[in-house]
Amino acid sequence: MSYSDWEVVIGLEIHAQLKTDSKMFSEDSTQFGGGDNKNTSPVSFGLPGALPVTNEKAVEMSVKTGLALNCSIREKSVFARKNYFYPDLPKGYQISQYDEPICEEGYIDILLDGEKKRIGIERAHMEEDAGKSTHHGEYTLINLNRAGVPLLEIVSKPDMRSAKEAAQYARSVRSILRYIDICDGNLEEGSMRCDCNISVRKPGEPLGTKVELKNINSFRFVEKAIEYEAQRQVDLKEAGEEIHQETRLYDSTKNQTFSMRKKENAHDYRYFPDPDLLPVIVEQSWIENIKNNLPELPLKKAERFQQEYGLPEYDAFVLTTEREMAEYFETTAKACGNAKSASNWIMVELLRRLNDADQSIEDSPIKADMLAKLIQLIDNKTISGKIAKTVFQDMYDSGKDPEAIVKEKGLTQITDTSAIEKMIDEIIAANPGQVEQYKSGKNKLFGFFVGQVMKASKGQANPEMVNQILKSKLDS
Amino acid sequence: MSDILKSSISELKEKLDSKQVKPSELAEAYLGQINKLNSDINAYISVNESLMDEAKALDSKQEKGELSGKLAGIPLGIKDLLCVKGQRNTAGSKILENFVAPYTSTVSQKLLDEGALVLGKCNLDEFAMGSSNETSYYGKVKNPWNYEYVPGGSSGGSAAAVAAGMAAATIGTDTGGSVRQPASFCGIVGVKPTYGRVSRYGIVAFASSLDQAGPMTRTVKDAALMSEVISGHDPYDQTTAQEAVPEWSKSLKQDLKGLKIGLPKEYFTDAITEDTKKVVDNAIEIVKKRGAEVIEVSLPLVKHAVPVYYLVATSEASSNLSRYDGVRYGYRSDFSKKPAESLEEFYSRTRGEGFGSEVKRRIILGTYCLSSGYYDAYYKKACQVRRLIRDEFMQAFNSCDVMLSPVTTSPAFKAGERINDPVQMYSNDIFTTSTNLAGLPGMSVPGGFSQEGLPIGIQLTAAHFQEQKMFDVAYSIEQELQLKEVPNVL
Repeated sequence: MSYSDWEVVIGLEIHAQLKTDSKMFSEDSTQFGGGDNKNTSPVSFGLPGALPVTNEKAVEMSVKTGLALNCSIREKSVFARKNYFYPDLPKGYQISQYDEPICEEGYIDILLDGEKKRIGIERAHMEEDAGKSTHHGEYTLINLNRAGVPLLEIVSKPDMRSAKEAAQYARSVRSILRYIDICDGNLEEGSMRCDCNISVRKPGEPLGTKVELKNINSFRFVEKAIEYEAQRQVDLKEAGEEIHQETRLYDSTKNQTFSMRKKENAHDYRYFPDPDLLPVIVEQSWIENIKNNLPELPLKKAERFQQEYGLPEYDAFVLTTEREMAEYFETTAKACGNAKSASNWIMVELLRRLNDADQSIEDSPIKADMLAKLIQLIDNKTISGKIAKTVFQDMYDSGKDPEAIVKEKGLTQITDTSAIEKMIDEIIAANPGQVEQYKSGKNKLFGFFVGQVMKASKGQANPEMVNQILKSKLDS
Repeated sequence: MSDILKSSISELKEKLDSKQVKPSELAEAYLGQINKLNSDINAYISVNESLMDEAKALDSKQEKGELSGKLAGIPLGIKDLLCVKGQRNTAGSKILENFVAPYTSTVSQKLLDEGALVLGKCNLDEFAMGSSNETSYYGKVKNPWNYEYVPGGSSGGSAAAVAAGMAAATIGTDTGGSVRQPASFCGIVGVKPTYGRVSRYGIVAFASSLDQAGPMTRTVKDAALMSEVISGHDPYDQTTAQEAVPEWSKSLKQDLKGLKIGLPKEYFTDAITEDTKKVVDNAIEIVKKRGAEVIEVSLPLVKHAVPVYYLVATSEASSNLSRYDGVRYGYRSDFSKKPAESLEEFYSRTRGEGFGSEVKRRIILGTYCLSSGYYDAYYKKACQVRRLIRDEFMQAFNSCDVMLSPVTTSPAFKAGERINDPVQMYSNDIFTTSTNLAGLPGMSVPGGFSQEGLPIGIQLTAAHFQEQKMFDVAYSIEQELQLKEVPNVL
């Protein structure tokens, strides 16, 4: 999409729910399912006298994320209170970080249409989630199970210039978060939330007035919402109108954004350091230790897969989106010694089935070592590629060892010359008419004979050998 | 029974241990005194309804010789700011009128774990905001020495209860002098421990960086004992210190040889009344006699303590009190006749009706201090000066061990005298707020009486975590004076 000579400027605020067992400042569980308001305590409920206590695991996960996003980590960061009234905010303030966030000044590289681009990260700070209000006409119900769940808000720089780029950035961040295992990254369920700041300008001009988009629950909608909003702003500008600073919600059914609240009398949150909490102090040696234990991150892995296994860029990229997928591929490739084949089987046969069933690689009934065995059976000519597909389906359905399936069903490829010769002799004897025609120049009939032999061998005869022997017998 | 009501915890313990008295008899005696005097003094907002059952359970333990715990069978009052599970916790405010605490504060739990009996919840200034106990929604508290006078605040109910024999001891909280000043006005001992000594978990927050609960008792030894019971690191309060808690009550010394007592010259001003000056001078002579060396120290910045205190405390309070919104618990305006037309109206009506005017004044002041454009000039600046005041104290404690000063410029004032003049009321905290700003331990110990017969306390302040030295000085003054006077109501 193009907006004539307008430039779209996009920044993203990603809220990642940290995968801790307990909440940011209390012992309350983060595992829901016990019922409304079950995961609460005096702290989550904001009772008189309740005090927050920092969850160290959440700090560790935040540092880990900061490092994965190439941020510098503050040795001393401070929790601050963001004061505002809302019924699902039990204390009347949210504990967040303000001018001393734990992570600052990072970046990630994203790959889009074969090109690498660096997106800056301004900061990532820890905070607690609010509760959830549900409105029922005359009344509103509040569930505080979410209240206090730890979040890391990752704020990008306004470095993105298209909806596609923004969506790709969001996917890349998600991929990293899942690699380092600190967040489920589930937009639909809200364990990852994405707010987009969008403005338009003529290239070279200062930034235009930004509009914030909230409530976007899939990467596809990130792209669509930004496209819609950018176009809306360009149209307004073209018509000589002003953009108002506001928060807009995206309605995916209408593919439109609509105004939620004007920011004309912008909230004064009266941030100040939370006196109930000590500053978060992290030692350099501790940070180093986390850094040294970071896994290989997606983009690095994709680059390595291209070099080490000779995979095309696209394949390498797809196979590294999820850490488990990459591990699956690598285990298979190493075990069978045929990376190209491993990549093909995963990308074509396995992913199609998993995607159809809405399953992830961990759910695959075919484990990596079994797929490797199958590839080896093809490579050592025990079975043909064609037979392998049926064996694959059998493996997928039953979870059995391919060797067992081949043995059980007698699918081993026939490579015994005398056996093939015997079959061919019988076919020639049974079809004198066709032999006559072939010999008189109807070369096309060669295929007929191959088909008959394969049929007679139930597909198990080695096709190359069939070709070769048939040719010599017919042409003699 | 009257001597029971005048007894210290140590004396009561002896009587309990030797089975001269049963826990239920003690409870009954104190309950009787509460029933007799509370309609006048108003020291309690609520009385523990299961008190006698709890006391009788202790009787059978006593019979079997199983009465254990540092406070076993001792009837205490607790400021109505500290949650005790199953009991009402009003904070002296209408907004929490019907709030029954579903959990117990760490301090209360520690007292219960040592076998204490909770008589009830003591009256206080609304949300501990006041110096005269006149801002409570549940009515003002009277000074047991003379009903025309205030008991001090905000722990006025806790102080009056001890003075009038309505509790063996009580717990108060001190944000800017709220234990020491009423202790002084009511002629009892009151301690504000080092910030971080005592857990704030379960105590309605006024100003989180200043609040500290402390005991209010008849004797220094009781105060030391209660302090050691309630102190200690709490995993539920990140601001509590890991510091070990000594058994102060067992190490009290009257001999002050080798101790240097500092007199902050800024605290000895012309504003001090003649009676107060006499009492303080007498205390200085006592500590000298007990072997301490007395020197003058200087704290030039404490003149800023009151304004700094009121900026810091109100800023924190404005945020701490946001949770009282009528959504989940507590008072909610009656919307049945006239429904709220907006969320804003829901809040403003509930909070407008639920809070009293002093609380509103402080919320507004604090909100202003934290507002963008004013934050740097007020809150931030106040925090900077606060740090300097703390540094100044630490510097001064290089040359002395304990500081001695008046608690206030004068003894208790008359009810109604200052309530309409906030600035005059706030200036009452002139000698006490700096202790909280610096996070130091401080206490008030009875030093004598004014000509009108009103008690006057001596303020002692020590370096961080040096409570023992402060207790020793207080103990020596107490032992020398041997004050026997009690209010007429006893």
